[in-house]
Amino acid sequence: MDFTFDSEQNDLREAVRGLLDRAYGDSEQRRRVTAIDPGFDEKTWSRLAEMGLLGLPFAEEHGGMGAGPFEVAIVAEEIGRVLAPEPYVEAVVLAGGLVAAAGTDAQRAEVLAGIAEGTTLAAAAHAEPGTRWSPSAAAVTATQDGGAWTLTGVKEPVLNGARADVLVVSARLTGDGGPGGTALFLVRGDAAGLSRTGYRTHDGGRAATVRFDGAPAELLGEDAADRTAEIERVLATARIAYAHEAIGSMDTALRTTAEYLKTRKQFGVTLNRFQALTFRAADMYVSLELARSTALWASMVADAGGDVVSAADRARLQTSRAGRHIGKEAIQLHGGIGVTAEYTVGHHTSRLTAIDHVLGDGDWALSRLAADVIGHETVDPLGAPYTG
Amino acid sequence: MRLQLSPELEAFREEMRTFFTTQVSREIRDTIAARRDLSKEQYVEAMRTLNAAGLAVPHWPVEWGGRGWTPLQMHIWREEMQLACVPEPLPFNASMIGPVIAAFGDQEQKERFLPRTANIDIWWCQGFSEPDAGSDLASLRTTAVRDGDDWVVNGQKTWTTLGQHADWIFCLVRTDPTAEKKQRGISLLVFPMDSAGVTLRPIQLIDGGHEVNEVFFEDVRVPAENLIGEENRGWDYAKFLLGNERVGIARIGSSKRLLAQAKAYAQEVTVGGRPLAEEPRMADRIAELENELLALELTALRVVAHSADGKPHPASSVLKLRGSELQQDITELVVDIAGPLSLSSFADGGSEVPDWARVATPEYLNYRKVSIYGGSNEVQRTIIAGTILGL
Ligand SMILES: Cc1cc2nc3c(=O)[nH]c(=O)nc-3n(C[C@H](O)[C@H](O)[C@H](O)COP(=O)(O)OP(=O)(O)OC[C@H]3O[C@@H](n4cnc5c(N)ncnc54)[C@H](O)[C@@H]3O)c2cc1C
Repeated sequence: MDFTFDSEQNDLREAVRGLLDRAYGDSEQRRRVTAIDPGFDEKTWSRLAEMGLLGLPFAEEHGGMGAGPFEVAIVAEEIGRVLAPEPYVEAVVLAGGLVAAAGTDAQRAEVLAGIAEGTTLAAAAHAEPGTRWSPSAAAVTATQDGGAWTLTGVKEPVLNGARADVLVVSARLTGDGGPGGTALFLVRGDAAGLSRTGYRTHDGGRAATVRFDGAPAELLGEDAADRTAEIERVLATARIAYAHEAIGSMDTALRTTAEYLKTRKQFGVTLNRFQALTFRAADMYVSLELARSTALWASMVADAGGDVVSAADRARLQTSRAGRHIGKEAIQLHGGIGVTAEYTVGHHTSRLTAIDHVLGDGDWALSRLAADVIGHETVDPLGAPYTG
Repeated sequence: MRLQLSPELEAFREEMRTFFTTQVSREIRDTIAARRDLSKEQYVEAMRTLNAAGLAVPHWPVEWGGRGWTPLQMHIWREEMQLACVPEPLPFNASMIGPVIAAFGDQEQKERFLPRTANIDIWWCQGFSEPDAGSDLASLRTTAVRDGDDWVVNGQKTWTTLGQHADWIFCLVRTDPTAEKKQRGISLLVFPMDSAGVTLRPIQLIDGGHEVNEVFFEDVRVPAENLIGEENRGWDYAKFLLGNERVGIARIGSSKRLLAQAKAYAQEVTVGGRPLAEEPRMADRIAELENELLALELTALRVVAHSADGKPHPASSVLKLRGSELQQDITELVVDIAGPLSLSSFADGGSEVPDWARVATPEYLNYRKVSIYGGSNEVQRTIIAGTILGL
């Protein structure tokens, strides 16, 4: 059991921080970038690619760096720290993760290398309107005719769906005698029968309505098999990465708030003279550190090959609660300036709220954990099923 | 970053688990599992069993019975002990006065007190708080005036836990009332509870139990050699002592055990023929507490791992604060699981109400104390805001 990053990991953090500070150290820069499509800075994206960060978790033979969950955690946390709008978790961990989990060697070599080089922006098209967080697809269906697959139905919200070069789409397998379940497909951005309508999300990101009308699609993997279990695992990995992104954001929100309490004067004194406020800041710190421990642990479970789905639910629950607590208090302790767009702290709250709802919120994670709560006597973080 | 314990630590954990679950009397562990109070004799027996195996004071200097363990080993030792329902070594001896004497006492005091403290041949009690000196401990007023070879002590202490069992008391007393800073005129004196002029009066708590006392001193004569360390340096020793007290006060192992018990209770109680544990609200509540406890345990592990270089990790103040809140939340959960059965607190003999439900409310009420003592949770928030956030 060891909670310390090694020196290479610390170097990685320094390097990522340096790059992102240059890009977004001035928060006005983020506002400028997110104001126009695609909602992130293509140059910064290329720089992330040049540093090898966009291929971090992929195998070397597929053009990646073969790094583990801790390196991804570091990048995600640094992204969260400055609210970099580049869709790292979305494109690399989620969309890339699905290709890595289900694709053939040739598909991986092609798509993952493109993601790693920054030449292919991949987006996961999984959520369907009117449903909640599920590892399977229902409304979008896949049909095979001869050797060719086509997709029909609507996915929304698809993060970065309008800008994406390739969509990784989950779809329900139809047809008598087939395996049923959910399979994964690649759909190129220029595919016939594909229409996309992009829009801005409240946290400065981009999402899209994506309609498939008999759109030609390439099956991921050799056979049409149910991929629900693989999807579940990739979602779990992304939840853990998001937990780290949220930690970075919460950390900045808290530090910004503490700084503000020390400088803002009312009634002739700085606000940190009011215990009603400093105690609330202390409680924010407690929430942050508990969530940080849980997120780091979930990454360790992923690294150890343990039950990543359960660990991710635990991290999701803890960071959801912490994110809401810290996000709301950060604004309240700032007063009016906290709700303005010129000031950073509200943007952190907006981003934390978005992260909370992409892949399952705290209550959602809680009900999954509650369903199994009687199945074990105690939770041993250093034992089964987490140690693998 | 690595999840697994090293093979050596895994073996260490197994060794602790085996010892605690096989070498400490079943009756004692059953009493703890039933959440009933131990008798003085049981307490002494348990600590002596640990001491004989070198497991009572592992954090002391090696020459006085310490084991030179890493913080992570200490954590495992404590957690396994709590999970196995083994009573922890008396904190007044093991975590409070023992380490202070080992660090600040003279050689004669060490030889005189430390072996008997580790073996609980002396049962110590803590005489710090006074009616007008609680969180603001340095405002204490009990005085000690030098008279020949003795100090003469007058005043009153309160909240003295298990003073009724105690052989000796360690007491903060004011030896220099003229000191410019109130912290500077305080000394640490130790003396027997049966010294002439010491009177003990029980305080009953809201659970009906007797665990704290008031202690009055009227011209108590204490030999000069019973002053620990230097005269008027008592505040430094108190701060050292209170710092040690906070370690391990999160009681994560005990909370885990109680939560596991709560799950069993919630399966015993039925609602419309189905176990209460299956009600979504109840299952959610248990699962949320379990996750909070996990987060706290992981934070404790993170903190101990980082404090290896001697400096406590800043997040350690989170442990007391959250640890006490979770102990309280879980005792509250048990009362709610007991529901109407929780009213039968003082039933005995012929009652149909299971024992766990009878102890539920007294324990819940008693546990309101854990956010008050050991530096109240408001004091912890002050520390976090001040020393960590710089507010
Ligand atoms: C069951 C029990 C056992 C105990 N055992 C012992 C023992 O063995 N030996 C011993 O010496 N003492 C013992 N104590 C005493 C314990 O250490 C004190 O109760 C504690 O220090 C708080 O002091 P107080 O009770 O006087 O409360 P007060 O200090 O009067 O506090 C009252 C309330 O005000 C809050 N408060 C106080 N100051 C501040 C501040 N600056 N900012 C914000 N909030 C503040 C407190 O947190 C609390 O909520 C015990 C207490 C209990 C309840």
